[in-house]
Amino acid sequence: MKAVTADKLCKSYGNLRAVESVSFEAQPGELFGIIGADGAGKTTLFRLLVTLLVPTSGTALVDGYDIVKQIDQIRKRIGYMPGRFSLYQDLTVEENLQIFATVFGTTVKENYYLVKDIYQHLEPFKKRPAGKLSGGMKQKLALCCALIHKPTVLFLDEPTTGVDPVSRREFWEMLKRLKNQGISILVSTPYMDEAGLCDRIAFMQNGCLLKIDTPSSIIRGFTKPLWAVRGDRMSQLLSDLRKIPGIKTCFAFGDTHHVTVDKSVLSENELIAALVSQGHSGVKVAAIEAGIEDCFMDISNR
Amino acid sequence: MFYGHLQQVIFAMNVIEVDNLTKKFGNFTAVDHISFSVSKGEIFGFLGANGAGKTTAMRMLCGLSKPTSGKGTVAGYDIAREPEKIKSRIGYMSQKFSMYEDLKVWENIRLFAGIYGIPEKEIASRTDAMLKNLGFEKERDVFVKDLPLGWKQKLSFSVAIFHEPSIVFLDEPTGGVDPATRRQFWELIYQASDRGITVFVTTHYMDEAEYCNRVSIMVDGKIAALDTPGNLKAQFEAASMNEVFFLLARKAQRKTE
Repeated sequence: MKAVTADKLCKSYGNLRAVESVSFEAQPGELFGIIGADGAGKTTLFRLLVTLLVPTSGTALVDGYDIVKQIDQIRKRIGYMPGRFSLYQDLTVEENLQIFATVFGTTVKENYYLVKDIYQHLEPFKKRPAGKLSGGMKQKLALCCALIHKPTVLFLDEPTTGVDPVSRREFWEMLKRLKNQGISILVSTPYMDEAGLCDRIAFMQNGCLLKIDTPSSIIRGFTKPLWAVRGDRMSQLLSDLRKIPGIKTCFAFGDTHHVTVDKSVLSENELIAALVSQGHSGVKVAAIEAGIEDCFMDISNR
Repeated sequence: MFYGHLQQVIFAMNVIEVDNLTKKFGNFTAVDHISFSVSKGEIFGFLGANGAGKTTAMRMLCGLSKPTSGKGTVAGYDIAREPEKIKSRIGYMSQKFSMYEDLKVWENIRLFAGIYGIPEKEIASRTDAMLKNLGFEKERDVFVKDLPLGWKQKLSFSVAIFHEPSIVFLDEPTGGVDPATRRQFWELIYQASDRGITVFVTTHYMDEAEYCNRVSIMVDGKIAALDTPGNLKAQFEAASMNEVFFLLARKAQRKTE
């Protein structure tokens, strides 16, 4: 049984096509990432799959059940953590967990082993109203509440948006442990660096999935020559690079600029010479392997 | 005291000058004796984990919150005694979009220009110049709610510096923005800095920390490190700012409860 099968799923609002002909499969036990910026359609796709929206056309199955005709079965089996905090703010941490367990006809005790690692961080604050928790803690509680009925498929809509890099890494470690328990996970994120942590990813833009593959295959699929260029005056370097014939794209990437080049026009040494003649110092050019963000920018540009 | 006074004289060109700034909420010290200065036109990265005290510090610098102790000046005005003067000399934008969605692009610009007291006769020509620079001439009459997020953020930033403030405070301006637009946004930041506007910016993207002239990293209410990205990487023997951040932020004792 696939965790998710979507077939030409569409959702339109008037003229706006929020989700456009999305087809993909997520395997059981897979950590599947939907990567895209705000407004790409990630949340609409999630809301379709968790049966909160009815598609304009197309079909999808979640854990084998139809998202339009078998809503009840799906709702019993999935866990959903929306991007926006939606627990009961005036109930305490433990009351929130309890109410979610009860609504799903189970007890906290029965499935505690699933949330134990995460809930331990919350234990000291279990008498505190959920609305008074910090962002990171709210997110951990929301994850516990989405898990307490032992779902087969977990939907996490941008769980790490606005979260600092250290907490983000912790969160992904939790996801890896859940995956090892056999739970299928669909997660969306605007952070490209998190793509590498998924088994497979789909790039989403303007309602469409642009590419679906493992992170390593996507990186292997980037076949253009890519160089990292640095110099002593990075801001000036960026605008000068863009004017050099043979350079196709040029973007800042941390402490270097990444450029794609037409090697038949420009060699590494010629580029260095051109930059030095324009008065740049400390110029270094190195051929590098693309990262996920290079791939996304390349694919979304086509 | 004398030392603080002396500093003020020496760094007359500093746009932000902060000395032992502290903010307590009851027993909790959110910001714990931070001292630093930022010079004119500098791009200053203000990093830290969630709950480290960044927002509280930023609110004091913007004149929105009074320090419990310590002192500081922003754009030459005292943050405890002259908060209203500070507000008129700074720009501010956050990830949370704060323009009026049901006003058109030009109406938003007109509104904020009026609020910041830009002379009537200059508004039209400056609006044209700004829209041209952004490549938004065709969007002049579009409702702001119909713009893609990345465009909104670029517009927001341009509006925040429309009155040529001494400093602009940017609170996670690029969160959720696609990779290409995120980079265009930083090119706008560079342009502003080239014009002499000081940029004070927080971000969770560590590649963006590399674009700053200097970076401070807050841990548990204190400034744990402050230097150029190059020097920080050398000091911590790290390959990237991401590694520097992890080395420091991991040491945090304060639970983000």
